[in-house]
Amino acid sequence: MGLFFLRRLGVMLLTALCLTFIVFWLTNLHPNLEKLAKTQGNFRMSDEAVATYLGNRGYLQSTPVKYGQWLGVLPGYVIEGTDGETRGRCFVNGADPVDAPTFCGVLQGDWGSSTVFRDEVSSIIATRLALTGKLMFWVLVLMIPAALIVGVLAGMREGSRTDRSLSVVSIVSTATPEYVSGVILIAVFASSAVGLKWFKGTATSAMENATFENFFLPVFTIALYGMGYIARMTRASMAEVMTAQYIRTARLKGVSFGNIVVKHALRNALIAPFTVIMLQIPWLLNGVVIVETLFNYKGFGWTLVQAAQNNDIELLLGVSVVSVVVVLITQLISDIGYVYLNPRISVS
Amino acid sequence: MEPLSFTQITLAILAELLPVWIGLAAVFFLSLRYRRRLGLYGKLFDSTIGMIGFAIVLFWVLTAIFGALDLIGTHDPLAQASGMKNKVPGTPLRGAEDGEYGWYLLGGDNLARDVFSRVIAGAWEVIRIAPFATLFAFMVGITLGLPAAYYGGRLDTVLSFIANLVLAFPVILLFYLLVTPEIVATGIPVYMAAVLFLFPLIFAVILFNSRFHVQPAKRNLYLAVTLVVGLWLYLGIAWNADPLGIISFPPNLLVVFVAVVFVNSPTVFRIVRGLALDIKTRDYVAAAQTRGEGPWYIMLWEILPNARGPLIVDFCLRIGYTTILLGTLGFFGLGLSPESPDWGSTINEGRKLLSIYLHPALPPALSLLSLVLGLNLLADGLREESLRD
Repeated sequence: MGLFFLRRLGVMLLTALCLTFIVFWLTNLHPNLEKLAKTQGNFRMSDEAVATYLGNRGYLQSTPVKYGQWLGVLPGYVIEGTDGETRGRCFVNGADPVDAPTFCGVLQGDWGSSTVFRDEVSSIIATRLALTGKLMFWVLVLMIPAALIVGVLAGMREGSRTDRSLSVVSIVSTATPEYVSGVILIAVFASSAVGLKWFKGTATSAMENATFENFFLPVFTIALYGMGYIARMTRASMAEVMTAQYIRTARLKGVSFGNIVVKHALRNALIAPFTVIMLQIPWLLNGVVIVETLFNYKGFGWTLVQAAQNNDIELLLGVSVVSVVVVLITQLISDIGYVYLNPRISVS
Repeated sequence: MEPLSFTQITLAILAELLPVWIGLAAVFFLSLRYRRRLGLYGKLFDSTIGMIGFAIVLFWVLTAIFGALDLIGTHDPLAQASGMKNKVPGTPLRGAEDGEYGWYLLGGDNLARDVFSRVIAGAWEVIRIAPFATLFAFMVGITLGLPAAYYGGRLDTVLSFIANLVLAFPVILLFYLLVTPEIVATGIPVYMAAVLFLFPLIFAVILFNSRFHVQPAKRNLYLAVTLVVGLWLYLGIAWNADPLGIISFPPNLLVVFVAVVFVNSPTVFRIVRGLALDIKTRDYVAAAQTRGEGPWYIMLWEILPNARGPLIVDFCLRIGYTTILLGTLGFFGLGLSPESPDWGSTINEGRKLLSIYLHPALPPALSLLSLVLGLNLLADGLREESLRD
């Protein structure tokens, strides 16, 4: 088990390194840097001005060197600019450059600063992640019980009318991407023209003070898309368990149907959905990006869009590290959980 | 002219879609008549769910094709008419000339364009990209997934690592990194296209070579045809350098195409690999090995045909997923031109005024929903029927 865990950890690290390098390389391509210089400086810069601007700020070093500096394994640059000002990667505003550390990268806990929000990347990500965490918590609270109940109800009597209608519901929900269901839900429940006006069409106020009125629609929109898939998996696994020998035995010895479902079938039927739920979390991340943009909820997904639109290199790297770690950890948990839940499988 | 009532709008739309109804009726009549001779496709008509799904998908395919042939749309999807901005469905077109359609059936959007015609034009955008992008993703996934499972070992480790790497990327981040004008300027999408589009060619060549290498005359003929046609298409599509000048691919469409293929192929790879790992332990594979067949013959002519059931089902589901991805791209305003009538962009434009005007955003949203739903139902029907043999 320990060796398995260590190997997985190694693969995780390697994946994270490769991914961040790809993001780093793509964001540091010359046209992207040029766009960055023009948005930070001014839009009418000549090509020479762009080159000096970038050169003075260390952007024109080779990509592996820059990546090493970001990672913290190479010393941060100190460049005496053509305008006479000396700039360094590790210089802190207002502090004496002499005191600046040589290394400042992710390994030293310095995530750099965002060029769009003019703030530390680590603090931006912390606040935004907390907001998205709130959203995700309610999504999971709504989604998992609803999906499991729908799946179990559909799967316990395969082919019945309940099964047929619930299956159609879950197919419809998997076929509705967030930007479609969000638009329809806003139109029905929040539109000031013809809608029911039960909820608010924007979740900006939910960032400080989340109420049922301003927070339900975004939560429901994300939960809806993920729900169908989990429900279908639960249904399949429940239907399979219900045909097993031990269920028939329980029936023959006269156990009531409710007891069979709850005591005999449910535990075995929930193994497969568990892994599906864990693997669904990275997918929810996509939904989060769309829903936060649609409802103007300024969380992690919204930050990703802002960072990507403005080629905010260090923020984008921070965002990708976080999302990659989320993806890999959920994969790990789902593997380990599967082993724990299913005695027939052992780690080797 | 009077504004149309709700019933009149419905009737007018149904009448406008007449070619589609005729097409649907013809296909269904013929298929039901000859279903016993049509294999898996014919069996689809035994399951109600599958039939409904097929009807919805066929409806959109026919709408897209007839729309592209200019048999359906009432107005030019890009034309703006004065005084029609954000007008409600059924508003008569102000100052309509003779021969022009007199109403905006589903109203006008915020640039005073006809919503109905844009939805029809948007169907063509989806139908001409999604199935082909999915097909390409399958070619890539199959060509890499089969050897990874068959040979195993280091090849498998490396390919699986790369696949997991791409899958660990949040899709939207990947789109933002690949589908921007700046990245297009560096030419990276073209190189990616050059690599990805090579796979169908490799696939076809290996497919024929492994089967017919004992009959050189036949093999040479097949290979020559494949290579000539394939390379011609390849040059035209990937490099935009068709020597005859017939095939060309708009550069911004190419980027979207490449991004979608790139996102889809690792999942296909994993599915193919999983299926092949299972099938390669079967007796008929061992028999082929004993006969002395080559590894590619076994992979492509023994393993692949036996994995076709799950692959066909996944193909339908994946077209739906690709449709969703295309919509996501449009929703974030990536890739396609801002004027493009595709459903994602239209939803994105419509959502900004959603609290006041519903009609520009709802029709494309419902269209996308129904197409994906149709594909999912179709996949469900196929799964049911293929499990039955």
